Amino acid sequence: MTTPVTWTRKDLVALDALSSDEITLLLDTAKAFKGVGQRTLKKVPALRGKTLVNFFVEPSTRTRTSFELAAHRLSADVVNIAATASSLQKGETLKDTALNLQALLADIIVLRHSSAGAAQFLAERLQASVINAGDGSHEHPTQGLLDVFTMRERFGDLAGLKVAIVGDILFSRVARSNVHALVKLGADVTLVGPTTLVPRSLESLGAKVTHRIDDVLESAQVINLLRIQHERQRKEYFPSLGEYTSLFGLTKARAARIRPDCLVMHPGPINRGVEIDSDVADGPNNVILEQVTNGLAVRMAVLYLCAGNAGAAV
Amino acid sequence: MTQIPEKPATVVVMDADAIRKAIRRIAHEIIEQNSDVSRLVLAGIPTRGVEVARRLVDHIASVEGVRPEMGVVDVSMHRDDLATRKRFTALEETQLPFDLEGRTLVLVDDVLYTGRSCRAAMDAVASFGRPDRIQLAVLVDRGHRELPIRPDYVGRNVPTERTEKIRVRFENSDNVPDSVQVVKP
Repeated sequence: MTTPVTWTRKDLVALDALSSDEITLLLDTAKAFKGVGQRTLKKVPALRGKTLVNFFVEPSTRTRTSFELAAHRLSADVVNIAATASSLQKGETLKDTALNLQALLADIIVLRHSSAGAAQFLAERLQASVINAGDGSHEHPTQGLLDVFTMRERFGDLAGLKVAIVGDILFSRVARSNVHALVKLGADVTLVGPTTLVPRSLESLGAKVTHRIDDVLESAQVINLLRIQHERQRKEYFPSLGEYTSLFGLTKARAARIRPDCLVMHPGPINRGVEIDSDVADGPNNVILEQVTNGLAVRMAVLYLCAGNAGAAV
Repeated sequence: MTQIPEKPATVVVMDADAIRKAIRRIAHEIIEQNSDVSRLVLAGIPTRGVEVARRLVDHIASVEGVRPEMGVVDVSMHRDDLATRKRFTALEETQLPFDLEGRTLVLVDDVLYTGRSCRAAMDAVASFGRPDRIQLAVLVDRGHRELPIRPDYVGRNVPTERTEKIRVRFENSDNVPDSVQVVKP
């Protein structure tokens, strides 16, 4: 009998740091937690007595809500802190703020931050579990996991699965987390977008690169469309949204060429008419809302596994 | 000269034949206690409780001609010792895809020890529905209960020290002959 894989980490900062076995363990655990949402009583006592702090130094609705709901379903107590309302505005450092949160006996800190490395910085300094909910352009591990979970639910084994990730790869933490997880699980990943946003150097992640969406339309089993991030974009990356849509958008005409079983994914929020036509976004191939549901199960799994390895609160 | 540490001593307390007989006896006891087998649900607690449940269902079906429904109840997310657990392995999916209302549910585990898994299993079941009765069947009762929980069906009582471990092995999951062993420290 093979020895079962065990989870020994207190933090989840990046999928790049995980082994394929650890990713699989997270996904398997998420599968068990997905079942909780289908019960009469959608709550388990696994994290009863634990306190989770949602510490978002960047705006977010869906990720924060998803973590909050996941924590409630695990019977944890939840505190939400938005940066605008926090002492960061008064000049307190991130570390001091986090130490104060830990001094309030927080067991888990879910951090969203505009700087890459912020979650790692806290994870190294706190006994509490630190879960990265997105740090700059670095990683967004739970989004990567929920995307992979959605693919796995549909296709089973991901080895050889043809996945195209389209859009702003350079600035996308979602893309980076996706690529790390997919490559580790043996998927065949192609990154698609303009040369300014999908430079050849990204091949070093283990993915292929193309600058023509037509190259992947007929063969892709998954097309993951990334949001054009107005807040991170500067004008020089592409001339206009209209041009981006004409070259890389999943229009109705392009959607007619994809495989019938192809999954159309999007991390949300969708820019309808930019990355994806409205009709396609509401069409039979889209699993965008499934991704949201799966995000809850994945985050429950992450909180459950990491909280068990957190040190005693201060 | 470095001393090679001694391997822990193991004592086989049930071989394949004893396990087969114990499961057959429990199956008959379940039938005796539950006149309407069609209203019966057996739910195994992973991992090896599921195999015991499967074998019980097979026996009951062969005797009664009616196959009781079978489910799986993973207790991990209902346990109260998250902070002290040393190992986190993948959870099994709880599967109780039937209405529990008005049914008798027999929880099945390989070893009954402190009773905490059983308590967690009852919590898990409660989040799916409200069976009329919950019974407990175990292949081995090793004692040392920490909760007021008593099995309804027992394959064998095996008195143990707390420092000892009970190891249950099944051929179809472990690739070794069926056995129950006491592993001494």
